[in-house]
Amino acid sequence: MKTLALKISTRLAILAGVLLVVSAGVFFLIHLLPGNPAYAILGPGATPYAVAKITKQLGLDKPLLTQYVTWLGRMLQGNLGTSYITNQSVSSAIGHALPVDIELVILSQIISFAIAVPLAMAAAQRPGGLIDRAATAMSLGGLSLPAFVVGVPLVLIFAVVIHLFPATGYTPLLSNPVSNLHDMILPSITLAIGSIAIYFRLLRGDLIATLKEDFVSLARSKGLTRRQIMYRHVLRPSTFSLMTATAINVGSLIGGAVVVEYLFDLPGMGLLLVNSIYARDYLMAQGVILTLAALFVLVNFLVDILYHIVDPRVRNA
Amino acid sequence: MLESPSHIPGNKPKQLGWSFWISVGWLGLVILAAIFANLLPLPSPDTVGVGAPFAGPSLAHLLGTDELGRDILSRIIFGSRVSLILGFASIAIGTLIGGSLGLVSGYLGGPFDSISNALAYIILAFPPLLLLLAIAAFSPPTLLKLVLEFAFLSIAPLFRVVRAATISISSRDFVQAAYALGASRTRILIREVLPNVASSIVSYALLGIAIVIVGEGSLAFLGLSISLPAPSWGNMIAEGRTFLSTDPWISLFPTIAMFSVLLALNLIADKLSARLDVREAQL
Repeated sequence: MKTLALKISTRLAILAGVLLVVSAGVFFLIHLLPGNPAYAILGPGATPYAVAKITKQLGLDKPLLTQYVTWLGRMLQGNLGTSYITNQSVSSAIGHALPVDIELVILSQIISFAIAVPLAMAAAQRPGGLIDRAATAMSLGGLSLPAFVVGVPLVLIFAVVIHLFPATGYTPLLSNPVSNLHDMILPSITLAIGSIAIYFRLLRGDLIATLKEDFVSLARSKGLTRRQIMYRHVLRPSTFSLMTATAINVGSLIGGAVVVEYLFDLPGMGLLLVNSIYARDYLMAQGVILTLAALFVLVNFLVDILYHIVDPRVRNA
Repeated sequence: MLESPSHIPGNKPKQLGWSFWISVGWLGLVILAAIFANLLPLPSPDTVGVGAPFAGPSLAHLLGTDELGRDILSRIIFGSRVSLILGFASIAIGTLIGGSLGLVSGYLGGPFDSISNALAYIILAFPPLLLLLAIAAFSPPTLLKLVLEFAFLSIAPLFRVVRAATISISSRDFVQAAYALGASRTRILIREVLPNVASSIVSYALLGIAIVIVGEGSLAFLGLSISLPAPSWGNMIAEGRTFLSTDPWISLFPTIAMFSVLLALNLIADKLSARLDVREAQL
């Protein structure tokens, strides 16, 4: 357990470093704006008074490093500033939008695992068999269907031709869970397609490799059935690349969620980000980007720790 | 990708198969059409009203017309240029930089390797589409900017893949033998290692092109890619979406075009890497 503690503290140090690099990157985005950022943030109708106020507030007259430290301090307190376009607090806008993304990502991952895991187990039982060949071919198709491509036929079939799910619309989870789920199913499936393909391919390969191990032959000679061997002995040691892939995949899921929200008009972080980009609402965009990036780094960190706990080989290495 | 031919009985040596050659042919056709689009007997992609608006597929307009009476086939062919230029140019740069770094880093090992590997980890710690959106938010995209951004994003993954392949090749007997015969490091790297990792570089580069095309498509779909007078697949899909209930082909045809090109790229990459039995380390 001592090594685990050591590993976690090393990872924590790396985590802090990466977060620092990411936050610095997001901070400097404002300085990519042409000219004085104060004018860009306030837009064309900026009064000298407002410019003076925002210059002071963002510390734009101070050295860059001081600006960054002040900014970082405020961010850590959860103060992401106020939008100059909508006069809305950035943190409260994010507070409203983030649950939509979390629900979308979780639902899509549940769908992905529910389809990919049984399919991979079936395919790995007989590599090169009919199920395997069909599923492998289909997974290649799944890899070629990003959200904005697969969304169109899905909406066409399920919302336009048979009115099973709505094409757009969103009911908050807490106000009506059933109607919320009804609204979220099509977006979640759209987001899940790519994940299903990736997870299936990874797990299938790992299962096939694990099935060749000696302990599987031993289990077979003990007289265990295929099903028992698969569930008790093979599945767990085969899930490690799947876990890593899931963590790496969170990055593309964040990107995918942006597209899916835009496609289905869901009021999540993606729509917030895209709308704030259109409206040149820079502080809002900056806040959303920082939150998503930090979340992504944190999720990766957690999965890494989980990895150490689940895999005895990594744990004791 | 995760295809390990040795695990599949009776499937060795792996043939590339008909689907591979169909994909190569289709991709070649799409590229040729994009290059020689001006010579094809097509109406201009941006001319409004070359046909009646919302006309379905007909002999005059094979894939129909959109809401402004523009020819959809012509828009798809001209629209492929952005995707293809961006995909091939950025991955060429990324492969050149990431590939050479990976080759040297994997072969030399030591502190250079540790540092570049750590750097790659840090770069990979950021969700790519978010980075593109972040830059697009604060500085309007141009073709050159996008090529450079995608090239930058592709360096770290390609570096990791080439480095891994180089490490596994470098420990092989024939490399040791060349070393024992007194060959110089540069010679070993170029004559022994490079030819053996070249095919896995090609297969990952193709995968990279598919990923870049998806990235640009997503940006265009969100209306945040280059605002050209010429169309791109992503914004055609986004625009046509409005008319999905009445005239679905407007967004369905660019969708099919995008899917077919991505499928061809993925399939070629998949068959190549299956033949090489390279284990996928990176998504």
